[in-house]
This record gives sequence, structure tokens and C-alpha cells, in this order.
Amino acid sequence: MPTILEADSGFKELDKYIDGIKEKKGMLIGVLHKAQEIFGYLPVEVQSHVAEKLHVPESTVYGVVTFYSFFTMKPRGKYPIKLCMGTACYVKGGSKLLETLREELEVKGDEPTKNGLFSIHEVRCLGACSMAPVVLVGDNDFHGHVTPHKLLQILDSYRQKEGKRNENKKS
Amino acid sequence: MTVENTILICAGGACISSGEQSVKSTLEEEIKKHGLDSVVKIVETGCMGSCNLGPLMVIYPEGVFYQNLKSQDAKEIVEEHLLKGRVVQRLFYKGPTGEIKPRMKEELPFFTKQVKVVTRNLGIIDPSNIDEYIANDGYFALNKILEWSPERLIEEIKKSGLRGRGGAGFPTGLKWEFTRKSKSSEKYVICNADEGDPGAFMDRSVLEGDPHSVLEGMMIAGYAIGAQYGYIYVRAEYPLAIERLKKAMSQAYEYGLLGKRIFNTNFSFDVELRIGAGAFVCGEETALIRSVEGMRGQPVQKPPYPAQKGVWDKPTVINNVETLANLPVIINKGADWFSSIGTEKSRGTKVLALSGKINNAGLIEVPMGTTLREIIFDIGGGIPNGKKFKAVQTGGPSGGCIPDEYLDTTVDYDSLTKLGTIMGSGGMVVMDEDTCMVDVARYFLEFSAEESCGKCTPCREGTKRMLEILHRIVDGEGKLEDIDSLEELAISIKDTALCGLGQTAPNPVLSTLRYFRDEYESHIKEKRCIARSCKAMIAYTIDSEKCVGCGACARACGVNAVIGKIKEVHKINQEACIKCGSCYVACNFDAVKKVDAVDLVED
Ligand SMILES: Cc1cc2nc3c(=O)[nH]c(=O)nc-3n(C[C@H](O)[C@H](O)[C@H](O)COP(=O)(O)O)c2cc1C
Ligand code: FES
Repeated sequence: MPTILEADSGFKELDKYIDGIKEKKGMLIGVLHKAQEIFGYLPVEVQSHVAEKLHVPESTVYGVVTFYSFFTMKPRGKYPIKLCMGTACYVKGGSKLLETLREELEVKGDEPTKNGLFSIHEVRCLGACSMAPVVLVGDNDFHGHVTPHKLLQILDSYRQKEGKRNENKKS
Repeated sequence: MTVENTILICAGGACISSGEQSVKSTLEEEIKKHGLDSVVKIVETGCMGSCNLGPLMVIYPEGVFYQNLKSQDAKEIVEEHLLKGRVVQRLFYKGPTGEIKPRMKEELPFFTKQVKVVTRNLGIIDPSNIDEYIANDGYFALNKILEWSPERLIEEIKKSGLRGRGGAGFPTGLKWEFTRKSKSSEKYVICNADEGDPGAFMDRSVLEGDPHSVLEGMMIAGYAIGAQYGYIYVRAEYPLAIERLKKAMSQAYEYGLLGKRIFNTNFSFDVELRIGAGAFVCGEETALIRSVEGMRGQPVQKPPYPAQKGVWDKPTVINNVETLANLPVIINKGADWFSSIGTEKSRGTKVLALSGKINNAGLIEVPMGTTLREIIFDIGGGIPNGKKFKAVQTGGPSGGCIPDEYLDTTVDYDSLTKLGTIMGSGGMVVMDEDTCMVDVARYFLEFSAEESCGKCTPCREGTKRMLEILHRIVDGEGKLEDIDSLEELAISIKDTALCGLGQTAPNPVLSTLRYFRDEYESHIKEKRCIARSCKAMIAYTIDSEKCVGCGACARACGVNAVIGKIKEVHKINQEACIKCGSCYVACNFDAVKKVDAVDLVED
């Protein structure tokens, strides 16, 4: 991933977006959504840039970024794995999936794996409770009725796609 | 040529995730291949409700219902059903016991007990086509009320008895009247589509399956209070709903149904989408207002109510998605018709999301006053795998659990409140004998503690203290006085918290204490989890009579805790065992047993 400073085309894209919504009120959250879409996360450099463009204090931007769980100040894995921890998924074994995943990927919290491929995110109800437990990889790859076994297969399919080996096996 | 068959394919969230797209594309290819494209029409609809059977389709004129489809099934349907007129029995719905159930959608028990008002168009029209909405009476209600005075409109809604579907059940007409009376040239309507309760997907299904009904409802509300502008606040977790809303808005603008001088009257209305960013508390109305303004979503003290001082400090009406989607029907069919459905104090229907340990997980709509038993057993098809029903959870983290002795309670605002829970937004999570109620209470409290915005102390600190106690009990280290402390804390948090989140956060604990106190006590006194779900209190053993020494358990074990040679009886090393249950699942001979850990020590 290029550092944020190099990715100045990202800043251009963001500025274009901001210019387009200038006359609307209260767009800070909307702009941060866009910025996260462009950069993948919201480091301090991006936050100060947004603050300057919108003429709001940096502390306000920081306050909003840290309040909402959707925004992150750390980079995520290339394929963020979102595990639903909603009630229906919990009742149907969601915590077991989390255990499996933590054991397999050996990562804490939502930090990315060493090869940068995955990161684990516990999320709130995804509104697909009839298929509980559910797992969402990236933004669109949705899996229902997931078992630990199925979950490992999903990981493998991504590793294959990227031509990467299992991140933690030495051999 | 006239259309001979119309095929409705469900494109609700659950069906899309289970492969609807590939079924649809095969269907289209096959239809084209056989030259049927001029006589067969395919419509992608919103959620039909029977989400556990997806992908599914209904073929008209007969109304044959096919379920659990794979893309190769689409080929067979075209060749058999469409070309030769022979139904494909194999793809019919089969009951939990395997017998073939009726083949028509209308005959399935899942559908017969339902009354569709809010979900009238779901599974029937293409949500991305405004013409289909209009053809089903869409925007007629708006046209009609624009000839009325706002006062008459408010009277009509008051007469209908409609109460807000977002949780609290506040009478909608009354809320509008307050906002109408607030003097200001600038007012707002906000559609609350934050749907934060886990286990709830009613609003999602309506937004995805019938977005125009929500837009029309917003305009009706706007006309009533004198607003010219509306915001729809949708949670970021619902990308499909956002996409369909955007499309619906641009179509409505194109048709002149949004914007300036609608239907050539003096009424103008604009709508803007605002996307949430993952904070449960933003469903609470004062927090939501802050979030719409782009700020941290922290609630504020009421009064002043949003009716006086809402978004940008202007009078604002906040209504839930389902409340709004009810409005066009009430106007079209009349307040008297609407109030004839339901019970005295809860008029109309309620959309419910069934999930958890239930056969027919999905989306349903029933008249208020339907009993829990009808919902869970007749419509929901009961509990899978022959397990016993234990409780149903309603109202999410603000609600509570209802045990089986109250299954004949009717679902309406007041009956549920009497049982110590709430209707909430309509999520119903069913739990069976394998669910530990102390753990459920802990789960919800963890949710509320994490989602507490931190502004008021009772909620920020109180929920944490309660959570610590619950963790202790679940981990087998509970003390007898813990139950009293939980109750004391619960009551003081309820009385002193700033907003609805804190005021209702203790409910799951209070309700499980009320109905499942024995489970708390057995965790504390006997170190037994009745559901055998709390890890600290269970152990796995191998029955030497039944073990054939196949080694399946040993291979499944990730920590080498199973010892024994092939063809000999295996044993579990309790020190090493992490109680993951893999051996339990792997054994084909029913030899691995789950037992209470306390009994093991006595062996
Ligand atoms: C913590 C909390 C979360 C809430 N979440 C929602 C929600 O997700 N959706 C909703 O419509 N109402 C929610 N509400 C209720 C709203 O504050 C408000 O009462 C409702 O949107 C009003 O609309 P109605 O009158 O049409 O029901 C929540 C309330 C609280 C206290
Ligand atoms: S609880 Fe997981 S999708 Fe709703």
C-alpha cells in the first residue's frame, strides 16, 4: 500500500468530492466516508486535510472519527473479514467462528495479518439474521450458515486467488 | 405477443447472498435459448419473507413456488415448466419432516396467516422500477392528501390509531400535531433507517423491496407538518438499501414526484440521504439529529423535543421506516379500514423478523394481537432438530426474553410491556434448550456497554459494573450476593440514565432474572449451566462403551487433547482440553458426551 503522502491523486479525488457538496450542511461524516473509501483508513494526515477543507477544527474531525466504529485510523487487511456478532449469529455459533479465525490467523484485535491479506472485524448485525451465522469478506462477498470448516475454506480461496501461502505455517 | 408467464424472483438480501444472481442469469439465458423472451417476463422483487428457503421464485399465472434453487435448476424449470407445462416437484417446498407441502405460494402455512400492509409490495413488484410502484397505487395517496388541509390529514392519521414502529409506540398523528404547531418557516422530516437492534431486518427489507413507499410516506409526513426537506438516515451496513433508495430518489425526481411544486401544487419537497457510521446510539432520536448534522452522535436531554428543536434547531419529525411505509395505505384505504386490524390500543400490523433457533427464519407481517405461539410455531414452523423451545427475545438490547408459559400472549405494545419486555422494532430471536439465559443477558449487556456513548455516568459505568458481575457468573466465579447487586444496579441505571439506551439497557438482565432465576442460581451455587453452554462449567468425556476407536475425535482435536490408539477406546486429557467441541461434532457413534464439569471431578 502506498503511503498516504504519495497517494496525492487520492487527495485530488477527495477535494473534487468536497467541492461538489460544498453548499450542503453537515457533510463531515459523508466526507469521511468518501476519504475512507479512497485511502482505506483515516490517518491523521487525512483528518487534517479534511479539517482544513471543511473549515472545522481538527479536534472535531478526530472526535467524529473516534466516535463511530465504521471509521478506522489503522490500515486494514486487503480483505477485511467481518464477523457478525449480532444476536441471531451469536445464538447460532458466531463466537465459535471468531475463535477459529483468531486461531488460524493469529492476530489480535483488528490488526492485519503479517502478509497484509486479512484482518478480523467483529461487527454488529448485518441484517441477514435468517442465514445466521454470517460472515462478510470485503464489502460484497457474503456467506451465510457458516461453519468453522467453511470459514477455513473461504480463507483458502482468497489465499489461492492472491497466490499466497497460509500466513502462519512455517513449512 | 402477450406475456404468458411472469416469473418473480426474490432479490432480497438473503436470496442474493445465497446465489440469486446466478439463478437469474441462467434463467435468462435458457429463456432466450428457447426463444421465450417475448412471452416470459422476469421480475426481480424485494424480500418475499421466507429467507431460509432462498433463492426462490414464483411462476404465474399459476403461482407455483420453487425454492432452494441452484443455477442448474433454472434450466430444468425452463425446459419442464415453461416449455412442457410440467411442474418440477423436486423443487417444491418440503416441510421440516420431508413431506411435500402445497405447491402454491398462497397455500404455504408460512404465508396464510400473514396480513401484508407495510410489505404489500415486497415480493410482488420490482423495487427499482417506479412504474411498478405507481401501477400498484403508488403516489396515489400523496396526490389525494395534497387536496386536503394538513389538519385534515393529521386528523385522519390520529383516527387510524397508528403508533410509531421504531420502538416506543408514540401515536404518529399526535407527534405530527405538535410539530405542525411549532412556528417556523423551516421544518424537517427524518426517516429513521438506522435499524440498530441485532436480530432485526424489517426496515432493511422494506427499504430494499419497496423504497418508494418510504419516500411517499416522508412526503405525506412533510405535508402534514409543513416541512420542505427530508433526510433519510440509513446505516452503512445496508449498501443495497442505499443503492435502491438512491435509484428511487432519482426516479421520483425525474417524474416530478420529488422537487418543486409536486402535482402542480404549492407543495415542494426534497430528500437527502445520510449514511450512518456504526454507532447504535444514533438510532435514538436526539443522537440521530446530531449525526445527521455530521457530528458525534451523543444524545441530549429532552425537552426540548425534536418537535420544537430538531435538526439545525428547527422543528423536526422523526419517524421510523415502517411507520412511514404504513401511511400511503392508510390514506388509500382509510383510517377506519386500518383501525379495524389489530387490537384496541395497537392498530394495524407489525412486521417481524424471525431468526435464531427457528425453522422458517425470515420476514413476516401479522395483525397486532397475533399470539407468540402462532408466530413461532404456525408461521415460524417451530424449533429445528426436535429441540425444546426455551424463550423468545424481543426488543433487542432494550427488551427481554419471554418463556414458554407466556406463548399465548398476544403481540401488541401493552402485552409485551406487561411481560417486562418491549415490542421494540420487531426483531424476534428464538432460543432453544441449548441457549444459556445468563449468557444471553451477558451478551446484551456487553452490547449496551460497548455502545454507550459515555456521556452519562450511570450508563457508562453502571453497565460496566453489571457486565463484570455477569462475566463472573458465566465464568463459574459468581457469588450469591451478585444477584442482588445486579438488581440494585439495574434499577438505579434505569432511573438515572440520560437517554433511552441507558434507561433500557438493564432490561435483558431484569427479564432473565424474572423468568430464569434458577439458571443464575445454578451457575452460582452448583456451578452448573443448565443449557450446557458456558465453557467454564462443562467438560467433554468419551463413553468407553460406545467408543469404537476410529480416531475421528483425535484428528478433529486441535490441541492434541484426545489420547488413545486406533481401534482402542480413546480418552480426553482434561488439562489440555480447551472445550471447543470439535470432538463432539466429529464423533459418529455418539460416544463423546458433554457433561457438567462438577460431575467429572467426583468421578
Ligand atoms: C438506543 C436507542 C436506539 C434506537 N434505535 C432506533 C432504530 O434503530 N430505528 C428506529 O426507528 N428507532 C430507534 N429508536 C427510537 C427512536 O428514538 C424514535 O423513537 C423513533 O425513530 C421514532 O419513530 P416512530 O415514532 O415512527 O417510531 C431508538 C431509541 C433508542 C433509545
Ligand atoms: S445477527 Fe448476524 S446478521 Fe443479524
